[in-house]
Amino acid sequence: MPAPTTLSYLVVAALLFVLGAFGVMVRRNPLIMFMCIELMLNAVNLSFAALARELTDIDGQSIVFFVLVVAAAEVVVGLGIIVAIMRNRSSLTADDLAELKG
Amino acid sequence: MQLAVFVVASAMMLVGAIGVIVRRNPVHAALSLVLTLFGVAVHFVSLEAYFLAAVQVIVYAGAIVVLFLFVIMLLGVDKAEDLRTEPLVAQRWLAGVAALGLLGLLVVAAARGAELLRTRAEGLDTAVEGATGDANFQQLARSVFGDYVVAFELTSVLLVVAVVGTVMLARRSVGAEA
Repeated sequence: MPAPTTLSYLVVAALLFVLGAFGVMVRRNPLIMFMCIELMLNAVNLSFAALARELTDIDGQSIVFFVLVVAAAEVVVGLGIIVAIMRNRSSLTADDLAELKG
Repeated sequence: MQLAVFVVASAMMLVGAIGVIVRRNPVHAALSLVLTLFGVAVHFVSLEAYFLAAVQVIVYAGAIVVLFLFVIMLLGVDKAEDLRTEPLVAQRWLAGVAALGLLGLLVVAAARGAELLRTRAEGLDTAVEGATGDANFQQLARSVFGDYVVAFELTSVLLVVAVVGTVMLARRSVGAEA
């Protein structure tokens, strides 16, 4: 059996990214939207790793490492904001956050 | 063999991603996310990125998903959401069209770029050489702690800022509570 090419990795990563983007557009629960953002970050990480092997360049993997750290920080801050907003509410949808609506 | 691993890992990844989108219960969505993250970790192993595979399992599947589950339980939103009602008119159709368009763009760009890559790769010699895990760790360490040491220090600053900011956000102020 032939080994999978870099292009096939990139196509799978594109599929994962698109699924994540679709989820952000469709779902209304902020927590699920966050998970979909994680899906998109993972897709980008996968394509970085695939290109690092294709170009035989370790820098691609270093960038994935930094993306992981920034994603962790982003999740911590985002979930902190969600907890702060939702402490006084019962329902949890992004549509409910309309205080600034004219 | 490699192709079989690729197919299985991709299936795990995409099934998990679909699960995140279509599951009504947030807890189930978070567990589907674990499946996706493990699929990506398997891909990392077959791409010879052993350190990233380990970090993926520890940081993502371990810490981040646990954080998600913790917040779901803390907020008590682990009840199913009704997905049948569409919040905006034709939102799903438009989102589907936009997603398909994005997929087309990405695949075409990757297909066209792949040919360019193959011609450029000849000249590079900073090889991810050696199929053993040790070479990968050494190379990555030399890159992160050598070439990118400033960026590495900045990420530590970023983490401290994130922790302090989250504590500020999450704590109730002492005076205002009464």
